[in-house]
Amino acid sequence: MLINCPYCGPRDVIEFTYQGDGNRKRPQPASQDLDAWNAYVYDRLNPAGDHNEIWQHSGGCRAHLRVVRNTVTHEILSTAFARGGHKSAGHKAGGNQ
Amino acid sequence: MAEYSAFSLLKNALNGNQDWKPAWRKPDPKASYDVIVIGGGGHGLSTAYYLAKDHGITNVAVLEKGWLGSGNVGRNTTAVRSNYLLPQNTRFYEHSMKLWENLSHDLNYNVMFSQRGCLNLAHTPAQLDDYARRGNAMRHLGVDAELMSVNEIKRLVPALDVSGSARFPVLGGLMQPRAGTARHDAVAWGYARGADRRGVDIIENCEVTGFLRDGDRITGVTTTRGDIRAKKVALAVAGNTGHVMQLAGISHMPIESHVLQAFVSESLKPIIGTVLTFGMGHFYISQSDKGGLVYGGDLDGYNSYAQRGSLPVVDEVMSEMLALFPGLARVRMLRSWGGLCDMTMDGSPIITTGPLPGLYLNCGWCYGGFKATPASGWCFAWTIAKDEPHEFNAPFTLDRFYRGLIIDDKGQGATPRLH
Repeated sequence: MLINCPYCGPRDVIEFTYQGDGNRKRPQPASQDLDAWNAYVYDRLNPAGDHNEIWQHSGGCRAHLRVVRNTVTHEILSTAFARGGHKSAGHKAGGNQ
Repeated sequence: MAEYSAFSLLKNALNGNQDWKPAWRKPDPKASYDVIVIGGGGHGLSTAYYLAKDHGITNVAVLEKGWLGSGNVGRNTTAVRSNYLLPQNTRFYEHSMKLWENLSHDLNYNVMFSQRGCLNLAHTPAQLDDYARRGNAMRHLGVDAELMSVNEIKRLVPALDVSGSARFPVLGGLMQPRAGTARHDAVAWGYARGADRRGVDIIENCEVTGFLRDGDRITGVTTTRGDIRAKKVALAVAGNTGHVMQLAGISHMPIESHVLQAFVSESLKPIIGTVLTFGMGHFYISQSDKGGLVYGGDLDGYNSYAQRGSLPVVDEVMSEMLALFPGLARVRMLRSWGGLCDMTMDGSPIITTGPLPGLYLNCGWCYGGFKATPASGWCFAWTIAKDEPHEFNAPFTLDRFYRGLIIDDKGQGATPRLH
């Protein structure tokens, strides 16, 4: 599997660290909404098909990437810097650090 | 007289083997059943078997989208053990071990259960201490466990590199002598035959495409072979749990599907007489009765519904094997394959009623589902028949994640690829 890093170009998957589901929304740190925290920590979309996920180019430029990948074929449909795209209110970069 | 016996073998041999009955029928689906089990793998078939045998519920259909046993029951590395740390897991898997010990007789089908032991190797003093603790926890609950010294390990597995110059020298190990291996396909076929003979319909090539509902209540399924109604619908679809639950309108689960690869080498003379696990990585190996080495390692590490993995993990698994057995460097690998693992957020399974009325859920087997096959079906059948869990599966609820009752044997937290 090759991941096209927007900074380094196409690189082998062994250079990257998978950081999971990019759809999760991290509540504000001060939030006391237990359901929202539980959902953030434990719930996953886990689709059979296109999956919005976060990878880090840990063996390269170390950028966090937002990758859309098909979980049935392993085809990578798009890659972008996580910080640049799909920002949701209250969190950056998928926020699963 | 049992259907399969030395006498029936002899009789059929004299008849030219003309009189054997197929092990299970190929019925068309009926319009309705008392219970539908989705998934014709080990867990679904054993569920149907124990529903019929222990609870007298025989108006049951097992729906399988492909052919029987085409999923993980035919894709695992066949190890059976109950060497867990936490009591919830130990009790459940020890119940499974006890069912394994009598399974061939119970099914009148030889599942070739071989109690050759399972040895976890320790490579640091801290790891050896940790194994002593786990062994004590097991013995506390009546499960067998023994710490082994390097010399004992050397005698047991002479091919293993236990020298001080090994990449990760072996300092000792934790052995569960009653652990072992079983013939995985025979487990599926034996349960299928046992369920079929008690009246269960096993319907292959029948993929569930949706659920029939009456309000919130699940009242049946739509399939590629028509609609089928049922009072109770039970899910045992392992790696496809997320996908099938989405058909039922549940979009999020505490589960990620990952791919795990396994490997078989060419046949060798007996060289490894136990199930062996490496403590400085993730690697396990045993030798099949045909002589092939059966081994595997870690998950590929990203969400996947493809029953195949990629080369970096192959490379890592082979490196780990050679760190333990330098002498296997010239052995050829015959086959490799991948299976889907339904990884939960704490590494422990889910066997429960719900989450919708009329629905029952059995999933989250991570990569340890094969050894659980008998107890999983046994507990799931109990849960379906009585609408409440048995004490063995009472801790394995779906809502434990949201109530602070997780069962995290490895202590990894909510990162499924690390369990």
